Amino acid sequence: MNHEMKDPVYVTDALIAEDIDAYLLKHQHKTMLRFITCGSVDDGKSTLIGRLLYDSKMIFEDQLASLENDSKNVGTQGGEIDFALLVDGLAAEREQGITIDVAYRFFATDKRKFIVADTPGHEQYTRNMVTGASTADLAVILIDARQGVLTQTRRHSYLVNLLGIKNVVLAVNKMDLVDYSAERFYDIVADYSHFAKQIGMDSFLPIPISGLKGDNIVSHSDNMHWYQGPTLLGHLEQAPVNDAQMQDHPFRMAVQWVNRPNLDFRGFAGQIGAGVVRPGGAIRVLPSGKTTTVKSIVTFDGDLDQAVAGQSVTLTFADEIDCSRGDVIVQSDQPCEVADQFEATLVWMAEQEMLPGRPYLLKIGTQTVTATVTEPKYEVNVNTLEHLASKTLGLNAIGVVNISTDRPIPFEAYAQNPDLGGFILIDRMTNATVAAGMIHFALRRSQNIHWQALDVNREAHAALKNQKPAVVWFTGLSGSGKSTIANIVEKKLHALGKHTFLLDGDNIRHGLNRDLGFTDADRVENIRRVGEVAKLMTDAGLIVLTAFISPFRSERQMVRDLMAPGEFVEVFVDTPLEVAEARDVKGLYKKARSGQLKNFTGIDSPYEQPQQAEITVNTVDLTPEDAAERIVQYVLTRMS
Amino acid sequence: MNSQSVIETGGQVATLTHLQRLEAESIQIMREVVATADNPVMLYSVGKDSACMLHLAKKAFYPAPPPFPLLHVDTTWKFRAMYELRDRAAAEAGMELIVHHNPEAMEKGINPFDHGSLHTDMWKTDGLKQALSKYNFDVAFGGARRDEEKSRAKERVFSFRSANHRWDPKNQRPELWKLYNTRKGKGESIRVFPLSNWTELDIWQYIHLENIDIVPLYFSEPRPVVERDGLLIMVDDERFRLREGEQPVMKSVRFRTLGCYPLTGAVESTARTLPEVIQEMLLTTTSERQGRAIDHDQSASMEKKKQEGYF
Repeated sequence: MNHEMKDPVYVTDALIAEDIDAYLLKHQHKTMLRFITCGSVDDGKSTLIGRLLYDSKMIFEDQLASLENDSKNVGTQGGEIDFALLVDGLAAEREQGITIDVAYRFFATDKRKFIVADTPGHEQYTRNMVTGASTADLAVILIDARQGVLTQTRRHSYLVNLLGIKNVVLAVNKMDLVDYSAERFYDIVADYSHFAKQIGMDSFLPIPISGLKGDNIVSHSDNMHWYQGPTLLGHLEQAPVNDAQMQDHPFRMAVQWVNRPNLDFRGFAGQIGAGVVRPGGAIRVLPSGKTTTVKSIVTFDGDLDQAVAGQSVTLTFADEIDCSRGDVIVQSDQPCEVADQFEATLVWMAEQEMLPGRPYLLKIGTQTVTATVTEPKYEVNVNTLEHLASKTLGLNAIGVVNISTDRPIPFEAYAQNPDLGGFILIDRMTNATVAAGMIHFALRRSQNIHWQALDVNREAHAALKNQKPAVVWFTGLSGSGKSTIANIVEKKLHALGKHTFLLDGDNIRHGLNRDLGFTDADRVENIRRVGEVAKLMTDAGLIVLTAFISPFRSERQMVRDLMAPGEFVEVFVDTPLEVAEARDVKGLYKKARSGQLKNFTGIDSPYEQPQQAEITVNTVDLTPEDAAERIVQYVLTRMS
Repeated sequence: MNSQSVIETGGQVATLTHLQRLEAESIQIMREVVATADNPVMLYSVGKDSACMLHLAKKAFYPAPPPFPLLHVDTTWKFRAMYELRDRAAAEAGMELIVHHNPEAMEKGINPFDHGSLHTDMWKTDGLKQALSKYNFDVAFGGARRDEEKSRAKERVFSFRSANHRWDPKNQRPELWKLYNTRKGKGESIRVFPLSNWTELDIWQYIHLENIDIVPLYFSEPRPVVERDGLLIMVDDERFRLREGEQPVMKSVRFRTLGCYPLTGAVESTARTLPEVIQEMLLTTTSERQGRAIDHDQSASMEKKKQEGYF
């Protein structure tokens, strides 16, 4: 056993042995604090967490035995107890000697239960730190007293501030290695204050500690009489938690689930995000804006007189008004905003970079909508905090973008209410969570554009032409025969008296889209514009034929979603690469192979085949004429 | 938790207690699943964590009964008292109870005496996969907690499994705020752990406070046991094979964890009430899983088991 270890203070609660009922009563009134520790392995983060677990008796004898064993075999403390080993979890990480994910640890004192999010410190793990910080009431930023404020200290502080954590502890660690010098400590604090001001951090609490030796962790250090502030654990025990702070805010609850066990009961279940609710309280349902009053707050334990931020409850209303999952119930006289365009900060979390214009799913509160993202206004260098120009965001990048959603959503600025201002973006094809976002404000223009109610509507346009509008979307490799077949189809439909229009590379790339190149991001934007134009043309009653490679499934899906059900007819012109390349009508494959042409689909840029195209034509077996005839028949059939 | 305990500082801002906060979080997780899943199920193993999870489910959907069935992946070797509570608890909650037995294990007569780790592999790991596939469940609630074991400290609340039920620790989704990404591809499924942030003490305290029905085996009583390989094993029925020289003796014992009775070690104890059990837990010095034979071998063994589909 390490001779430097002090007796754990929180173990010996005599009440446990003497009066267990009194002990339980006391512990039943404990509160809970979630915090994150930021710092790298070198700052002694794992050691500090191990120390907190140890001092609060969260390590059992058998774990201690295996810890002592591991310390000898793989420890970094020369055979002495290596607290860091308690904390590092996955096998791969233990071998590499670093933590690479978010791990949650638990310990408790008489006053509080604690959940610690332990996240890695290096830049390549920014997303992990952001994840851990998103649920934290408080952050402990560790500094090695020998090193002072480093680049990574600034990065961690920036992220903590970005995620809106108001309670920050600056733990100046390894004081034992600088002779417990007050001067050194105050130098670091002065240095950090200067930086904190720069990033807009309102306040922080500096504490000099030694995780290894236990100074100022649980009890005041005999080595630093010059420090009179709280110990680390002392402060953790009394710092305020977010839910309690959100009670001062107007009432907000996102509806998770509508509870309808029978015809006599209709309740709206959710976790209160902010404020307080009481029966009789006047509320408003957003985005509809309908108002009523709360009839009762229903729980398994009986109806409540009031419920506060953080509680999961079920509300019933005095009137039967529409309300479903995704809606937000708010205090009637202090509703939140509703909008469909925002400025937001994004933290990109996926290997594939962000594609401006590509539709992603956006989950905020309890609702999921489709959203597109603009090019970043700027990207933030997390080390220097400089703003950089950027076309996209890669893994771990942070940037400010505009976002537009396919319908108006109730929200609040993240800084005011994280519950209605924080969101995630999901890739629609892989279902991966690709970004975390924080709303700043709604764009003015989203409040000013109103849909003009048209007297001559799309039905009227189509009726006059005596046809059902459609988009016949040809997709396939370059040289597969899309334009050739589309041309024949248009001639045939025209001959039958149908009103048609063909959009292809020639009339689009030279005009509307001549500012776009062939990067993935530009290809996405190209298709988005074509989709919007095609949609306007269907509103005008036309049968639109389009001939674009359109290599990505996501964008074809985006266009499909723009159209009314059944109006999008995907035609996969299925020509093997060898065949298309052998044809090489425009000589493009030759150029691409020789490297003169970059980002060429099929050569150095991917083509994602349709999985459920309405029509697939195989140009090896079918003549263009036969293929066109099949497509014409399909279009005519769906009209009858 | 009743309304009186919510506001403790009369008019002032009140801070929810740790159990209130944990309860609210678990309920939020369960509702999120029900609102987004096609065909959810709750895995029910009759232990104290299952009891707690079932109780939370009743709260989450009250006044409706929990809108999903309970699934018990049975090995036929559980304690008799567990089967009694299982049937009673499901009936009281107004929920359908599905009991699955791996037909292959049944046919081969797989048992803890002859088949070692194959017993767990076939009855539990394979049995669970079979049941999920058979009924097409896309989301399964489990009672695992992050404090149980080191590799679980990093487990997500929503844990994704491939179409063949494997867990890929490198490919888990980040979980921010309480915004769970519940989307999945064809054939993929999700294990959801609403008790992730509870500790063993939280569970006991909640059971005490809420008066939740648990298997009496958690309380001390004179029971017939034999000492075998350092564990006290209870002779729960006539299938127990006594080795030469073994003779069951009556001892006051209780169980800290429940599984197949021939594989579960009892501890000698005098704790006959819940407070006494908690007291004993707080004063003892061995961690919970010590009583189970499964992960003694090496620290990383649970992580391996999990990759293969063990819960």
